[in-house]
Amino acid sequence: MEYLKVFIVGGLICVIGQILLDTTKLTPAHILVIFLTSGVVLGAVGLYKPLIEFAEAGAIVPISGFGYALSKGAIDGVKAKGIIGAFVGGLEATAGGIAAAILFGYIAAIVFDPKTKS
Amino acid sequence: MDNMNNKEYQKYAERKIPKPTYFKNILYAFVVGGAICVFGQIIRNMLFKFGLDENSVTIATSIILVFVGSFLTGIGIYDKIGKIGGAGAAIPITGFANSIVSPAMEYKREGFIFGVAARMFSIAGPVLVYGVGSSVIVGILYLIFTKGR
Repeated sequence: MEYLKVFIVGGLICVIGQILLDTTKLTPAHILVIFLTSGVVLGAVGLYKPLIEFAEAGAIVPISGFGYALSKGAIDGVKAKGIIGAFVGGLEATAGGIAAAILFGYIAAIVFDPKTKS
Repeated sequence: MDNMNNKEYQKYAERKIPKPTYFKNILYAFVVGGAICVFGQIIRNMLFKFGLDENSVTIATSIILVFVGSFLTGIGIYDKIGKIGGAGAAIPITGFANSIVSPAMEYKREGFIFGVAARMFSIAGPVLVYGVGSSVIVGILYLIFTKGR
């Protein structure tokens, strides 16, 4: 049941992206930016948290969940440190994922070669 | 055919352009996206069993998913998943890792600075600019509104 909720919510978020891809001229890069920023905004107004409580990874794994973590981090940062927290909090909350993406991304790009397109 | 004017030709050409297979794309995006999220949930549940707290679990899950996404992109499997899943493969955090590795690998011959390191951020850069930028604005707005009360 838990996994079903994850599957459906995660799948539906991706379906919204697919519909945008197919019906507009937006590229996947646009979609990533739109979903991330939507996550930031929805997180800020308190609409994304209920979705995470309901579907956990179904809402965390899509890039909108990354946006939610950014805005939650910034708000928690302000609560703890005031104005400095607004600048520090977002990156602090997402530093693990970003650092991992930089290190693992770099290593993978160095070690592997692009496959010839068939 | 020969005595068509521009408008007629455009209409003719539009009919000939294959319509994207909307339903199939949506179904595949749903299944692939959902499956990646379920994979993330399995990792989450395993990490909870190790006794990590909620916050650490979320961070560790994204680190592991980013690793898997980078690795699968490196060995050429993620691009195949992406071809089938479309947005279902692009939107999960594994797709973010894919967007970093793919161009970096492609432009390796341009060197380690302007090739690999710079190209890593051709898509991830804009994502971070808008994400981090808007999160700072959210923090400042929150400060203004809570101080104003």
